[in-house]
Amino acid sequence: MNIRNLFSFVLLIIFLGVIQILFLKNLALFGVAFVFIYLLGILLLPISVKTSPLLFLAFFLGLMIDVFYETIGMHAAAATCLAFFRSLWLRVISPTGGYVDTEEPSLNEMGLVWFLTYSFPLIFVYSLVFFIADQWGTSGFLGVLNKSFFSSILTCLLAILVQLLFFKRRRGI
Amino acid sequence: MLRILQFLYRIRAFILFVFLEVLAIWMIVTNNSPQGAAFFNSSNRLVGAALEKQANVVQFFSLAEANEALTAENAEILQRLSFLQVKPDSMGIELDSALAATYQFKGGRVIGSSLRFSQNYLTINKGAKDGIKPGMGIFNPQGVVGRVKSVSENYAVAFSLLNTDLLVSSKIKSTDVFGSVQWDGESSTEAKLLFVPRHVKAQEGDTIVTSGFNAVFPEGILIGIISKISPDEKDPNYLDLTVKLSTDFSKVNYVYLVENTLFNELDSLYRQSEISNEY
Repeated sequence: MNIRNLFSFVLLIIFLGVIQILFLKNLALFGVAFVFIYLLGILLLPISVKTSPLLFLAFFLGLMIDVFYETIGMHAAAATCLAFFRSLWLRVISPTGGYVDTEEPSLNEMGLVWFLTYSFPLIFVYSLVFFIADQWGTSGFLGVLNKSFFSSILTCLLAILVQLLFFKRRRGI
Repeated sequence: MLRILQFLYRIRAFILFVFLEVLAIWMIVTNNSPQGAAFFNSSNRLVGAALEKQANVVQFFSLAEANEALTAENAEILQRLSFLQVKPDSMGIELDSALAATYQFKGGRVIGSSLRFSQNYLTINKGAKDGIKPGMGIFNPQGVVGRVKSVSENYAVAFSLLNTDLLVSSKIKSTDVFGSVQWDGESSTEAKLLFVPRHVKAQEGDTIVTSGFNAVFPEGILIGIISKISPDEKDPNYLDLTVKLSTDFSKVNYVYLVENTLFNELDSLYRQSEISNEY
């Protein structure tokens, strides 16, 4: 990853974080579907990024969001979980012949179907961890599943929309 | 030995993962205790300032509504004032001045809130500088809103009534039967009234107000009305009362903060006599 790429990723993460905090904080469609669009910043990091830096990045990004959400630790725990499973999941669904080294797992580079198989389970794991942490002991597991499922769908949809609208073809932002 | 080190090196990512998760869980747990992690929340100056900017923009769009509410409240206050100015035609009892000065009121504005989680908080744009203290009650003209959790110089963070950790001592207005209102973490318009014995005759539509027992809220501030009555499934000695909250938490904007100036005295008295006072 060269300097220009790094710079554009920092910008992307800050941009998504601000969107998340200012606009999406109080959004909950039908009371169950939340949006965690800032996860796109973690999901789109190049495949060559090692697990340990990824974990740190996810943890601190989650913590930043937590500070604004008044939910210290919850986003951090969930985002760390997502980052850890991202490396495993990337290995599981690697296409035949493996990844090109600098490739980003984005919609434009990998196609819609692949991106969905990549992002949906990861976002679902994230939501699951987040809502379990949020509702610890207060309500049933069914509500948690319900919220996680619809949140993942909505976040995935929005992630695809963002990439279609704002990302140039063939290159990053 | 080398083997072990090699093994540990190979699973370093997993170890880091476990470490970060434990750290996060530790943060969650400490933050859930009332005094925990005062630094990492929106009473922090930077975060508070960002939230205030956001609230400024959002509030612009609800100005008309806020104006309307303020006018209505003004009207009500004027009406009460005129009522006070009428000479009493019967004997009245002079209120003890100590009692009258028991509660102090302050105004504030909510600059950040959530209502979709099971622990919801509010951020208020007044802090220690303006005389806000942890433990003060918060209400608005519609009803009870919450209770201050922690305070920094310029901002305060409060438990919303929509927080499963907050209990508000309350009573049914018509019969004076008391209980505690607690949110069950489900709908943001409903809460539960706990500890009401089964023999009590409650009716749907009965008004629930604060009882004044917990020394946080003065007596008689509206909380909501009973919307459903059923026997408690877990404990058959109590009723399961669902209360429709009078406060619309999606629109909480301007609030009053109330402080019981005798709270410390009451609290130490309770402690001295080893009664745990639930608020």
